[in-house]
Amino acid sequence: MTHTRADYPLAETQPGAVTGKRGKSLAEITLDSVLAGDVTMEDLRITPQALQAQADVARDVGRPTLALNFERGAELVEVPQDFIMQVYELLRPGRAKSKEELLQAAATMRDTYQAERIARFIEEAAETYAARGLFTFRF
Amino acid sequence: MTPKLNRWKRFADWDERPLRLDKFAAEDPANGFSAFSSPADPKPGIGIKDGRVVSLDGVLEHDYDMIDRFIARHHIDPEVAPEAMALDSATVARWLVDMNVPRETLVRLAHGMTPAKLAEVVSQLNALEIAFAYSKMRARKTPGNQAHVTNAKDDPLQLAADAATAVAFGFDEIETTMRVSRNAWSNAVACAVGGAVGRWGTLFQCSSEEAEELRIAMAGFTSYAETVSVYGTEKSFTDGDDTPWSKAFLAAAYASRGVKMRCTSGAGSELLMGFHEAKSLLYLEARCLCLQRGMGVQGTQNGGIDGAPLTATIPGGVRELMAENLIAVWLDLECASGNDARSTESEIRVGAKILPYLIAGSDLICSGMGSILKYDNSFNPSLINGEELEDYLVLQRDFEADGGLTPLPESRAIELRERAVEAIAAVFEELGLSSPTEDMKSSVVYASGSDDTRSLMPRDVSFISEAIKERGITVIDVVKALAKRGFREEAENLLDVVKLRLSGDYLQTSAMIRNGRIVSAVNDPNDYLGPGSGYRVSEERRLQLNDIRDVLDQKEVLRSEALHEKDEARHIRYRNLGPAANGSAKDDVVIGISPAFGLKLYRTTAGHRLSEVLGAMLDAIRARGLKARVVRFRHTADTSFLGLSAARMAGSGIGIGIQAKGTAVIHQRGRQPHNNLELFSNAPITRLEHYRALGANAAAYALGEMPEPVVVPQRGEAMGSRYHARVALIYAIETGLTEAGAAPEEVDVILTGVKS
Repeated sequence: MTHTRADYPLAETQPGAVTGKRGKSLAEITLDSVLAGDVTMEDLRITPQALQAQADVARDVGRPTLALNFERGAELVEVPQDFIMQVYELLRPGRAKSKEELLQAAATMRDTYQAERIARFIEEAAETYAARGLFTFRF
Repeated sequence: MTPKLNRWKRFADWDERPLRLDKFAAEDPANGFSAFSSPADPKPGIGIKDGRVVSLDGVLEHDYDMIDRFIARHHIDPEVAPEAMALDSATVARWLVDMNVPRETLVRLAHGMTPAKLAEVVSQLNALEIAFAYSKMRARKTPGNQAHVTNAKDDPLQLAADAATAVAFGFDEIETTMRVSRNAWSNAVACAVGGAVGRWGTLFQCSSEEAEELRIAMAGFTSYAETVSVYGTEKSFTDGDDTPWSKAFLAAAYASRGVKMRCTSGAGSELLMGFHEAKSLLYLEARCLCLQRGMGVQGTQNGGIDGAPLTATIPGGVRELMAENLIAVWLDLECASGNDARSTESEIRVGAKILPYLIAGSDLICSGMGSILKYDNSFNPSLINGEELEDYLVLQRDFEADGGLTPLPESRAIELRERAVEAIAAVFEELGLSSPTEDMKSSVVYASGSDDTRSLMPRDVSFISEAIKERGITVIDVVKALAKRGFREEAENLLDVVKLRLSGDYLQTSAMIRNGRIVSAVNDPNDYLGPGSGYRVSEERRLQLNDIRDVLDQKEVLRSEALHEKDEARHIRYRNLGPAANGSAKDDVVIGISPAFGLKLYRTTAGHRLSEVLGAMLDAIRARGLKARVVRFRHTADTSFLGLSAARMAGSGIGIGIQAKGTAVIHQRGRQPHNNLELFSNAPITRLEHYRALGANAAAYALGEMPEPVVVPQRGEAMGSRYHARVALIYAIETGLTEAGAAPEEVDVILTGVKS
């Protein structure tokens, strides 16, 4: 279902539907459950579903570019932190020595994490960097 | 002969003022020193072919640099662009200040505008129009504010105490950074704990190296990031070690971790980095902002930021900072509107800089205000700092403008600081990180800044910080430690902030937490359409803003007068002898006293006992061999009329009129009421010797002499602001005792001569 501004804020309109990555809902994450050792950092992580809902809301209130960022974010939820930092590093000037390195990262995003938007975004960067000579060696 | 001087001394006076520490730069577009326009700025233009932007501000697609390319692909809406770009810029500028043109209409048009077009439109507005347009165009209705919380020692105890204080003042966000970068983890834990004292919902960021900052956010200690910088020229961007794509990727990464994020950009950064392409500051900044909207970030920290001091040296620079903020909100971005790096040594320039934002409101008026002292600010001093925070509270009250802060009583501040210091010490002990001593803790609670503390030093902090990082301590460990040591409320508050990232509601544009609930541009959109709409200070909020300390009321004035009543009873007695008669002897001088003189009011505003004032005047008159009578008037409390009435009753034709607050006049029979002989209007600086001289001069006039008028010297003190509230309250007590037609009373004054 597509969310609209009427669903916002999700934590107030549908608290039961807002869960962490392991499925625990907002109401289940309490100080007592933390003290009982039932809560991990994974329970405090946003889900792709929540990001998609926020993307819907953003689009509904006329913020299409913000929505796209949330959708790219949704694709990255399952991507491990190390790989995210590796790709970020690769996107910085002069880190990748050729277009192929970036295309390889895009392929991994697409094939391993089903991150289609992110993959296309990296491909666009690769094309731009080639056009602007960013694959030059930096001391 | 007097030697000829080579300069007007006024210039020497000006040399001593703080303003002269500011240096100013000449306009020089070729070298990048131009605020609003430069010959190198392109003319607005766009080419669209098959839904594709094939030219942007005069640059053809195959010549696009990275920034053009990103803006063309991700910012420009090809559906809107033809319509928006065809509009006359002057017309759009008028719409920006037309309250009948809704915000949404203008936001939609901005989606189709190029950087040069946006810059051309806002350039047509003067400073007042920019401020007004800003107020109308900002995304969220309710204004907010952000604080810096840092200190020169990276002392976590002080960070916790200062974070708690900042939260209590009402800051919606707090931002920390370190003197020593490896102390980031300790700073993060300390501010997270301190920020959870008192209430929940203050968002927190720890500004550090990009990758480290994201890791700290992943551990749950921080809730937003704003140091993702972008630049308006390609060379600056790559020198900043990023590209639009790497930064946009980072933006998506923050979203994927449920962490709020905004970018940073501001005039002057390209100039500082040496790659300005001879373009104007505003045009380059318009590029940055279009880029940010294209990236899909919810907001921007914008308005000079680190470049603000440089921008303020350029003609029109401060107006430019306002104009770039306007472009930010017009592009529908949350705006943390600068007012950050201190751009001047002149307090007048500081006040002038902040005022438009205070009145217009902003998502975050300062990004941030130094809640700590200047020397403790690890970002560099802010426009407004701990030293001047109270001035800001008074500006809010003066203009009935909500600057996001609320006065904090001293006792409450101490309570919160104690709680915060105990909480962070408990967490450190519980996690085996450090055991702060009682002396350390108490030195921090009462400290204004780190010069006053005997606490942890940067090296101690490094061990704590590295242990937090290496042991993989997370917010869950800290929540548990707090609860275990009896800080349940703080544990709940901290947990609530981390839980925000589950729904992601606070990732939407301009989101903050107020009273435990999300307030953003989605559920609190700015709906300004003229007076009565948009943000209004509610009566409840107005009373909060008014509640600054040391406010005077009539009860307070009477209370302090009552303290003097007993004292005066030992020095003087006023015996009413019944109706006063007109004198006929040439040596008869009358002192006319006001209705409350010595009956309800006992000291002049300068603090002199009325018994001494009266005694000084009587002595001086008698010293010339004249007779002095005291008459109390109750038909008037006005100095001129007191004096004139006294003169009319005096056989010599000379009278003195004096009010209880000490304002006095020498008058002469036959003159117009306000055309007196001598007036002593500056009661707060009128000393006993002046009253004695006044008496002597009155005697001299009575003897037909022409004495030198008494001059009460003053050095331009703002007498009015110091005394007028008190004076008005005192005078109301005098006028309250007047009675139309009441006859003058002869008063026998008995000075008992007690000195103390």
